[in-house]
Amino acid sequence: MKYTKIFLLLITFLTFISVSTAAENSKKLLNPGWSFKGYFGKFDRASLQRGYQVYTEVCAACHSMKYLNYRNLAENGGPEFSVEQAKIIASQFEVEDGPNSDGDMFTRPARLSDKFVSPYPNDEAAKAANGGAYPPDMSVLVKARKGGANYIYSLLLGYEDPPPSVSLDDGVYYNAYMSGNKIKMANPLSENIVQYIDGTASTEEQMAKDVVTFLAWAAEPHLESRHKMGFKAILYLFVITILVYFSMKKIWSRVETKV
Amino acid sequence: MSDNSYTPDSKLGKWFNDRLPLLTLSKHLQDYPTPKNLNYWWTFGGILTFCLITQIVTGLILAMHYVAHADMAFESVEHIMRNVNYGWLIRYVHANGASMFFLAVYIHIFRSLYYGSYKSPREMIWILGMIIYLLMMMTAFMGYVLPWGQMSFWGATVITNLFSAIPLIGESITTWLWGGYSVGNPTLTRFFSLHYLLPFLILGLVVLHIWALHVPGNNNPIGIELKKPSKDTVPFHPYIVIKDLFALLIFLIIFAFFVFYSPNILGHADNYIEANPLVTPAHIVPEWYLLPFYAILRSVPDKLLGVIAMFAAIFVLVILPWLDTSKVRSAIFRPLYKQFYWFLVADVLILGYMGAMPAEGTYLLIARVATGYYFIHFLIILPLLGHKEKTLEVPMSIMEPVLGGSANPSFTKSLKKNI
Repeated sequence: MKYTKIFLLLITFLTFISVSTAAENSKKLLNPGWSFKGYFGKFDRASLQRGYQVYTEVCAACHSMKYLNYRNLAENGGPEFSVEQAKIIASQFEVEDGPNSDGDMFTRPARLSDKFVSPYPNDEAAKAANGGAYPPDMSVLVKARKGGANYIYSLLLGYEDPPPSVSLDDGVYYNAYMSGNKIKMANPLSENIVQYIDGTASTEEQMAKDVVTFLAWAAEPHLESRHKMGFKAILYLFVITILVYFSMKKIWSRVETKV
Repeated sequence: MSDNSYTPDSKLGKWFNDRLPLLTLSKHLQDYPTPKNLNYWWTFGGILTFCLITQIVTGLILAMHYVAHADMAFESVEHIMRNVNYGWLIRYVHANGASMFFLAVYIHIFRSLYYGSYKSPREMIWILGMIIYLLMMMTAFMGYVLPWGQMSFWGATVITNLFSAIPLIGESITTWLWGGYSVGNPTLTRFFSLHYLLPFLILGLVVLHIWALHVPGNNNPIGIELKKPSKDTVPFHPYIVIKDLFALLIFLIIFAFFVFYSPNILGHADNYIEANPLVTPAHIVPEWYLLPFYAILRSVPDKLLGVIAMFAAIFVLVILPWLDTSKVRSAIFRPLYKQFYWFLVADVLILGYMGAMPAEGTYLLIARVATGYYFIHFLIILPLLGHKEKTLEVPMSIMEPVLGGSANPSFTKSLKKNI
């Protein structure tokens, strides 16, 4: 009996392994080590603020982030800009509002309660400006890609010269991590494209890491409180489980059957 | 049942109970004689009830913030995740709760298969359970459509398209289901409505399931009929209550790890991309708990036959009490059945894995063999086994082997090992 079970387990796992290794031939993703992974993971505040700078100066030229509000920038667990800073950031963007009492639409500087202003008025405009490829909204991008933060980090650093066997059309670039290796986004990062306010050297790796940290927060703004609450909840469950275990032992000691 | 003659102590209690015998019911539930040798595989009934209530309560709150409209559903889910107080917690509990619910129900079903709990006189419990399982799959499928991500949309398209395989009226049925000529806003709103309705049907069926259970009483690991109450049983309260609670807490710890530390691991990344009818994902896969059936569906080359095979895979389970001809319930006393049982477990796991892989080459071949074996197990092996298998000697009571009453020492050994 025991041998049948072992044999079956072996067969099942061998099937899984043999077919899954046959399928895995994509390149291994880069992992710079994220501060927000793990049971006590938190975002690196400075990295988030730098990441916002990279997003707004580089990515935001094409990519929207329509589910975020400017107030989020000042909230706990995020980049934690001061409310004043966040107000200044918001006021640099123009939003359309209205109609006013005359029935006309007007533009005004954005407030904390406004959503992030999108670079294009609609999806079609975004496509038209980018050679037919729609630059995806970045609000939940990290959760929308297999491999998450590692994948986007790898993609940002994955621009290479194409091997001689690959011919590329105009406006198509070679990326080692993109599925099919062809991507319509030009390499967005180059050394010193962003001048960090805090003086950090803006290498490609540094910018990629910062902006992906920012995107990870944008996709999961309550990650820190989730981790904190999880620890408390599981600790509580452990304690109560132990108490219930001994109560159970006590109650079942009245009958000769073991539990 | 012995507790019909229960009279409450207080005058008010008696007045109330004469008009609505809720106190008699409560007394019955407390005293309900339960076999004392139940192992931890028997705690999943309680766990499942907990899962159902959790899904209903979290779902109720989500429905207060969710907008069932093709243009707003995805955004409203993000609104829940970002702006609603603890919305992320409620949504992650609900989404992972569905997976935990299925994990528990699969353990519950396989426990029943191992110990022969579906056999006479418990066929009704089993059939009600299978209807609940079917409704669960429908509810989960429609719930997965609601966030209106890419997998929601394309999963809904693939599954509803199955009905178009029905000859003559198939196309009309599909159009009727969609409320249009493709999956769209009318589909989303009706799925939301049904997703809200079905859990309450499940709740009603759960009450019947438990009622049907309380007529013959629980099966037990050695699968014999017990005198109730007797030395072989304990009252449900406090013995089983505390044991179920302990098991539930262990289950909750695992649940909490998913919710707090890897809430998206059981989902598909593509479902965080808003539904787009113009872009088809590279691989359309259903949630993990539907994968074995998905593998069966795809392993048949003909669409109609594939759909028939998929529904047949569930139907053979419904008629299982009549397919299994063995008089002995528990696998402990059925050496051959025990081996085939583990073959079936492996087979279903392999089917599940193949359901997640593209249907081509080796995968497809393995899926076909596994599909074939699934039906062979239920339609050929089980009916034959009842006649051919030489079963071990079954004890007269639970206490007998403990008190040294068994004539067969090897049996006592196997009993110790398995309980």
